[in-house]
Amino acid sequence: MKAETPSRQYVIDIQRIRADFPILKRQIKPGIPLVYLDSAASSQKPDAVIDAMSDYYRNHHANIHRAVHTLAEEATGMYEAARAKIAACIGAQPTEIIFTKNATEAINLVAQSWGRSNLKAGDRILLSEMEHHSNLVPWQILAKERDLQLDFIPLTDQGELDLDECDNFLARSPKLVAVTQMSNVLGTIVPIRDIVRRAHSAGARVMVDAAQSAPHMAIDVRDLDADFLACSSHKMCGPTGIGALYGKTEILHDMPPFLGGGDMIRKVDWRSFEPNDLPYTFEAGTPAIAEAVGWGAAVDYLTAIGFDGIHRHETAIAAYAMESLREIPGITVLGPEPSKRGGVVAFTLEGIHPHDIAQILDSYGIAVRAGHHCAMPLHTKLGLSATTRASFYIYSTFEEVDALAAGLQKARAIFA
Amino acid sequence: MDDLYRQQIIDRYKHPLKRGVLDPHDITYEDENPLCGDKLRIDLRVDPQGKITEAAFSGDGCAISQASADLLTEYIEGKPLEEVRALSKEDILEMLGIELSPIRLKCALLSLKVLKAGAYGMKEGKNEE
Repeated sequence: MKAETPSRQYVIDIQRIRADFPILKRQIKPGIPLVYLDSAASSQKPDAVIDAMSDYYRNHHANIHRAVHTLAEEATGMYEAARAKIAACIGAQPTEIIFTKNATEAINLVAQSWGRSNLKAGDRILLSEMEHHSNLVPWQILAKERDLQLDFIPLTDQGELDLDECDNFLARSPKLVAVTQMSNVLGTIVPIRDIVRRAHSAGARVMVDAAQSAPHMAIDVRDLDADFLACSSHKMCGPTGIGALYGKTEILHDMPPFLGGGDMIRKVDWRSFEPNDLPYTFEAGTPAIAEAVGWGAAVDYLTAIGFDGIHRHETAIAAYAMESLREIPGITVLGPEPSKRGGVVAFTLEGIHPHDIAQILDSYGIAVRAGHHCAMPLHTKLGLSATTRASFYIYSTFEEVDALAAGLQKARAIFA
Repeated sequence: MDDLYRQQIIDRYKHPLKRGVLDPHDITYEDENPLCGDKLRIDLRVDPQGKITEAAFSGDGCAISQASADLLTEYIEGKPLEEVRALSKEDILEMLGIELSPIRLKCALLSLKVLKAGAYGMKEGKNEE
């Protein structure tokens, strides 16, 4: 079908990387190998991560902090080493990294702790039209409770944020701007540094939802000058059940506790407590220790490949996918051109509902996502009830894109 | 899979017999499957003896949900409204002639859910009169 054009050249060692992910050997049915194109929902895990978690449970597990026995010291050391790795990965200090359950909890932490102590009736929060429900609903909850106004940076026809409109909304002096760094539907990469600069000039704090971007590109919170940044382990080769909030020290320092319990306190008496130091004051209860260890291993794994190579690989696959899909009659690909997006390609196929597309593709072993991808308002704005989304990662191949295109042709034939 | 997209289902999806709205109607009800955004409305005309004289569906969804709505609305025409109560998941699956995973079962059963909500709603209303 396609000639070996330069656009099919790999910029990373794809065979070695694929060999690191045991699940990629899986057959969905006998003779039908897995084609996993749902990494934006959750990535698969390399041996390095699975082994690190197994080693932790087999050899080192105990509860962390305070206990003096050997295992507790080892577990504490491994947990804190993981924190240091995640901090280094995004250019932060370890004390600025709060472990949470996921990126969603990280955003809720900011809404409930910073938001409740800094926002009052009539204050405005500026979001964007491409936010995932996780960076929308926590602010709706707070807005209802505190009588806040929510504004939305609109999309351009090219699926990017309209920065002129952003300036118009910033002129209304929002207290906070909360935006994603990469749309999980359109794939759009948002110019966060530029938005932070504009927002800070207008006196607003900035919360960055990096759940989609952190797996795919180098992030430096100092360079971005973000006030808060949320990310999640399971989209970046790590386990589920753990995410992180980055916050600038001086801001975190003034924030009241989020959840109360063990580990987040220095001293407790019957009617009061003294909170622990950062970041522990925001980590109540026994945390996800093995998951932190696994996430640390994932960061080591991704760093060894290099985020520059990861990003270039995904952009190449996404560009090839957009090119291949557009040759199929009736397909509309959402979002901007490849140079402005990550490895997410959402589309519609005329006359076939996304659920039917996903079901037919599954019969060929191809895993894609169908629905609104936790971005219902965005779909409503686009006039769509659902889309089909293929998303790529370090292990995705051009051949898998070919399989997707062939599967879509088969879907067309079934519905012809 | 090939079973799931049997020709009957594709035909029903592409060329439904009962798609449309009834104006006027005696019963109308609309609901959606929030997980996938499928929307479905069913309109019924019922004669004084409680017989469904005409049924139609409208909405937007996958082949399974739309084919199921088409088959169901066709099936109930000419039957007493009371019979709607007795319709079950098995009846819908029999009409479709396929087996479904739990997730796709929701697609298939949306039409039955909408029909029952509409029919019972009216029945209760009548009892109150």
